[in-house]
Amino acid sequence: MIKNISIIGGLDKSGCPEKILRLDITAGEVLAVVGPTGSGKTQLISDIEQYADGETLTGRSILINDRPMAQNSRNYDLRYLVAEVSQNMNFIIDTSIEEFLLMHTQVRAIENPQQTIAEVLSITNELSGEPVLSTDNLTRLSGGQSRALMVADVALISNAPIVLIDEIENAGIDRLKALEILSGKGKVVLVVSHDPTLMLMGKQRIVMKNGGMDKLYQTSLKEKEILQDLLETENQIDYLRNHFRDGKCVEK
Amino acid sequence: MRFIIVAGTPSSGKTSVMVHTIGHLLENGVSVAACKIDCLETSDDERYRRLNIPVAVGLSDYICPDHFYVANLEEVEHWAKEQEVEVLVLETAGLCHRCAPAVFDCLSICVIDNLIGMETPKKVGPMLSTADIIVITKGDIVSQAEREVFRYKVELVNPQARILDINGLTGQGALKLKNEILNSKQLDTISGKELRYSMPAAVCSYCAGETIIGKSYQMGNVKKVDFGRLD
Repeated sequence: MIKNISIIGGLDKSGCPEKILRLDITAGEVLAVVGPTGSGKTQLISDIEQYADGETLTGRSILINDRPMAQNSRNYDLRYLVAEVSQNMNFIIDTSIEEFLLMHTQVRAIENPQQTIAEVLSITNELSGEPVLSTDNLTRLSGGQSRALMVADVALISNAPIVLIDEIENAGIDRLKALEILSGKGKVVLVVSHDPTLMLMGKQRIVMKNGGMDKLYQTSLKEKEILQDLLETENQIDYLRNHFRDGKCVEK
Repeated sequence: MRFIIVAGTPSSGKTSVMVHTIGHLLENGVSVAACKIDCLETSDDERYRRLNIPVAVGLSDYICPDHFYVANLEEVEHWAKEQEVEVLVLETAGLCHRCAPAVFDCLSICVIDNLIGMETPKKVGPMLSTADIIVITKGDIVSQAEREVFRYKVELVNPQARILDINGLTGQGALKLKNEILNSKQLDTISGKELRYSMPAAVCSYCAGETIIGKSYQMGNVKKVDFGRLD
């Protein structure tokens, strides 16, 4: 089991030591990674995915349960260390959800495939605004439906201990619930986003600058209040979206 | 010198993966030469040239690019030795599913991508099944679930190979491939080494330039479809 992951700081793009020397993330927690484009978010994630040991561009080392890769490579199946869900990902297989999930449960040697598939579908529908049927074709799902299914699959079938969420759209998927489900499964959840709602969903927030880890914040009470406001606004937008889509109007 | 053979399906990102990997080798002070085998035309050599390394191109023209490749292995090795490099990367054309350029004692890499379809690893055949290292690209645009199923399908065809995920655009993952290359064995000479799988047999009149369709124009090693076997 992975209990915690630590990032030991290396160098930023100017070759200066990173301001944050060590960042610890515990299983079941969400870390938001923020910063402008080019600030080093992708490289940070890449270091984690590669289980870096000082050899990448940044010179960072990643520790899992306080141990570097050299001591851990036999303990973990590194193939399945990180699962990823991003806005740029699509399902490309021309087959039904049920058939594909069956294939995936077989690959992961899951004992009770039918039960797991039913759970995946139920979580998908919990997260997705529009209902999804097991007979739906994967390639015809909307963005929100696809992301909901990807999250449910990662939570129950993929079984990777670390989950990376790279910018998921807010239309058609309940993101807060998605993160709750993933962290509820004891996963380390990393969220890379430019969206304030997603940023504040993390327990901690690392700010990237010039390739280095620049600041580390614990999400404050005030920020959590703001998160509630943002979620309410999103709900209102959602309500209006459905309202107008259903052919209704707002009275003068 | 380490003799690295790179095969893979068309447009899977062979050159992109190798350009990133060679970049890491050069950073480590390891000298590299690259040779690209292709059929009629290639611009892949331009991308290798931008790394400021010795680059050669072999165009097979009217000959099967894999037969051409085998027939030129000694010459390519000779050329690379003249360049006095520590690593030779030989990228093959990557066309038909019968291609199998792997040679015993040379590190053999096969590059395929997540978009080619779940059943394709089975069809790729010896190019995939005889490789030491399989690089899977384009993982950034398909779902995690599909990546895992695809990888499994690849493992079924070649359970021994090391499988690496590399993003050809960003180069993410290429460090591992660099380390695999550095850990591979040196080769004294390719002369006398053996192909891991035979080349496709092809000596018919079309090999020799025939273009007209019809039985009377066909000579030599001609194989016909067996319509008796219906699947």
